[in-house]
Amino acid sequence: MTETTQPQAWSIQRSADSQFKRNWAKLRRNKAALFGGILILIYVITALLAPVMFPGSPSAPNLSRSLERPSIANPLGTDELGRSILGRVIYGSRVSLLIAIGVVFVGLLVGVPLGLVSGYYGGKVDFGIQRVTDSLLAFPGILLALALVAVLGVGLKNTIISVGISMVPIYIRLVRGCALSVREQTYVEAARAVGTRDRTILLRHILPNVMVPITIQTSLGMGMGILSAAALGFLGLGVQPPTPEWGAMLGSGRAYLFHAPHVATFPGIAIFLAVLGFNLAGDGLRDVLDPRFRL
Amino acid sequence: MKQESLLSIINLRTRFHIYEGMVTAVDGINLDVYRGETLGVVGESGCGKSVTALSILRLLASPPAEIQGTILFENVNLLDLNLDEIRRIRGNAISMVFQEPMTSLNPVLTIGEQISEAIRLHQGVARQEAWSKAVEMLQMVQIPSPDMRVHEYPHQLSGGMRQRAMIAMALSCHPRLLLADEPTTALDVTIQAQIVDLMERLKEEFDTSIVLITHNLGLIAEMAKRVLVMYMGKVVEEASVEDLFQEPLHPYTQGLLESIPWIGKKLKTGRRQLQEIPGMVPSLLEMPEGCRFHPRCSRVMNICSKEEPPLVQKGGRRVLCWLWA
Amino acid sequence: MLQYVLKRLLSTLPVLLGISLLLFFMLRMLPGDPAQVMAGQMASPEDIKIVRHQLGLDRPIFVQYGIFLSRLAKFDLGRSARTQSPVIKEIWARLPNTVLLAVAAITLACLFGIPAGIISATRPYTWIDYLFTSMALFGISMPVFWLGLMLVVIFSVVLHWLPAGGTGSWKHIILPSFTLAAFVVAFITRMTRASMIEALSQDYTTTARSKGLEEKVVIVKHALKNALIPIITVVGLQFGLLLGGAVLTETVFAWPGIGRLIVDSILARDYPVIQGTILIFGLLYILVNLFVDMIYAFIDPRIHYD
Repeated sequence: MTETTQPQAWSIQRSADSQFKRNWAKLRRNKAALFGGILILIYVITALLAPVMFPGSPSAPNLSRSLERPSIANPLGTDELGRSILGRVIYGSRVSLLIAIGVVFVGLLVGVPLGLVSGYYGGKVDFGIQRVTDSLLAFPGILLALALVAVLGVGLKNTIISVGISMVPIYIRLVRGCALSVREQTYVEAARAVGTRDRTILLRHILPNVMVPITIQTSLGMGMGILSAAALGFLGLGVQPPTPEWGAMLGSGRAYLFHAPHVATFPGIAIFLAVLGFNLAGDGLRDVLDPRFRL
Repeated sequence: MKQESLLSIINLRTRFHIYEGMVTAVDGINLDVYRGETLGVVGESGCGKSVTALSILRLLASPPAEIQGTILFENVNLLDLNLDEIRRIRGNAISMVFQEPMTSLNPVLTIGEQISEAIRLHQGVARQEAWSKAVEMLQMVQIPSPDMRVHEYPHQLSGGMRQRAMIAMALSCHPRLLLADEPTTALDVTIQAQIVDLMERLKEEFDTSIVLITHNLGLIAEMAKRVLVMYMGKVVEEASVEDLFQEPLHPYTQGLLESIPWIGKKLKTGRRQLQEIPGMVPSLLEMPEGCRFHPRCSRVMNICSKEEPPLVQKGGRRVLCWLWA
Repeated sequence: MLQYVLKRLLSTLPVLLGISLLLFFMLRMLPGDPAQVMAGQMASPEDIKIVRHQLGLDRPIFVQYGIFLSRLAKFDLGRSARTQSPVIKEIWARLPNTVLLAVAAITLACLFGIPAGIISATRPYTWIDYLFTSMALFGISMPVFWLGLMLVVIFSVVLHWLPAGGTGSWKHIILPSFTLAAFVVAFITRMTRASMIEALSQDYTTTARSKGLEEKVVIVKHALKNALIPIITVVGLQFGLLLGGAVLTETVFAWPGIGRLIVDSILARDYPVIQGTILIFGLLYILVNLFVDMIYAFIDPRIHYD
């Protein structure tokens, strides 16, 4: 049983290594984060080397071999159109990675500037942006993405845009909160008093402080993005066949759950491991960079 | 006639395992507290005075902390007791008052509840009775309208009142020893004076000994009878208050006293300037060789950087310095 | 207190307005012609025109919005393009099912998650902490719909213990609620752990210990009560999300709730239903947040709303 108390007003001057080096060392020691990083690496390599790992087209139907159990020829079995699930899972990593990057890109592109402006300038601008953010956040979970998909239509590009936009409010809130607290710091006041232009303050003082939570959120966001996109795919409203997307594969595999459960099982494992990787890495980053910004 | 000591700390060493290595916060200190006296422990932040107090009540997490030595309280070694036994002592025979009353009081419990829970626990009385005793305590610490205040929450009280409430909480079971860790540091100067008066009065009333931990020399001068000066985990000087202020032996103590600002004070050079001890307290991870104070000492000698000084007895005083060896 | 509640309810109006505006314009941008959908496959251009007039789609867009808002005030959400029955009725028939599922799931999640979080926090970095934290991490990383499917495979296909979908008996709610709960329990466990660790490292915990209180008392009476606020925030948030996550679970388990209604109506381009259900979701979510805020006031005496 531990009883913990840290003595107050007690500090130790640490060694003079650079901040980055220390953080890197801490990160490497964090086994979970390391594991996450490895998972991500595996996915990235799979995505890049897909044609090498699985020669041939993953989407070409081969009806004679429909719904086969896992075997030597097809290590993960085949789906209803006779395509190798292994191949589709491998190529699916490309799709998922693309989605992960695209989604976060959209979120950052729109969310960060809006959050900075909202937090730093305050006033009517802040009010307006906040009300819009509230409205967007009033859609629980994937509903926002669903609604957007309903408007924009299905397919890979629209999936990325829809899920990306559903991430924007999160970034706005995050960046705004950070900007708000940094804005109150004395050094910002000092900079303003000396006559520094707003733009410079934003870029040189506020943005660097925001980098930490943004980085953490980005890693977690990539995982979330993959999940959301897979959810849309599962419902038939995301990436469309024949493009191999894990969620969509799950969706179509659902019909065969009773006599060919492998069709739905393996893509799901792929999603799980990918998201796990991003979550572990994100958690690790958070532990290292700033334990304040917890979930 | 030598008084019997209430608390005797013998060769206490408290260390912490941290990432960069092992840090010794308290390195072999000895101290005695006698009945009815106020012992002052003075030093800069990080010298180990708070850790000493926390070690007495064993409030440090056991890894990463490692405590060695002997702490005799009424002839029982506190470090030998198991957790249940030490809990019976906490808040009961030995109590502690902390520096920050705002964060040291639980914000979601009423003052009355926080005081009476200790009474209920140690004196085995029923809720009602404990509650009225809590009201009595609040009265004793001179909080107005105690029967109303007792239902209030910490955030509804002012800083001074919170500290009084903490004192009430600590003294509620009439402890024989009170560990006061910077009890006035977080308060306004005018309130400080009130709290000092209060503590003196209560000490008389309850016949409680006090270990007063602070970096405020003025407070020591007012309240303490004897003083210990600590630096980097060691006791560098021990004397009565009068002796310490009139004739400080250790260069560190001299430096501390000289750095107290006086209106109109002039340096030996004739200039009006704040006197300071040069340098900074080194990191506990990089302790100087020999005497720990030697890099900052104005009277440093050759031997100081090579060997640790011995503890020298001089009259009723003790000093850890080569100058007096 | 009553004043505060009323004020909060009033302040939700702009948000609701915002949502309705967003929805309204978004749906008008949907591809496909709702008049055509309503009129049916066999309709002639004349028929479609009549239907369009009936739906008010030939009016300027702002007039349409005005009509929409006025209908909203009367709780008239229009009629479903597919079934012709009032949207309100469709929603009302299914809402209780979703709420039931959400309540079951959040209860399960709290029952497991909060104690797990507390245990984790009091024994940090031990094997039990790692176990719980890993489970929580897995829960967040797993796609809800995949978990549901896997549970169906195990418990329906292989073991034949539980039904694979639909409603009817108490057995039918087990798998869906466990699936939903698995996702939520992860957040709750993590938040409880983080919040408890924070509370346990506070000064007042040291003070409590210094009074000689038993560790049990310190954890529950002193630390937990303080830790509850962030925990409740997460529970409330999750409840709101559950209403949305229900979409996937309801699809997997063929649970007749509003989640499925939304998906089906999106696929069928049934404007009124899409609009109505999303609005209701928004409203529910806001109400849940309001409720959570009120609970805060009970727990934290520092918060007063007057």
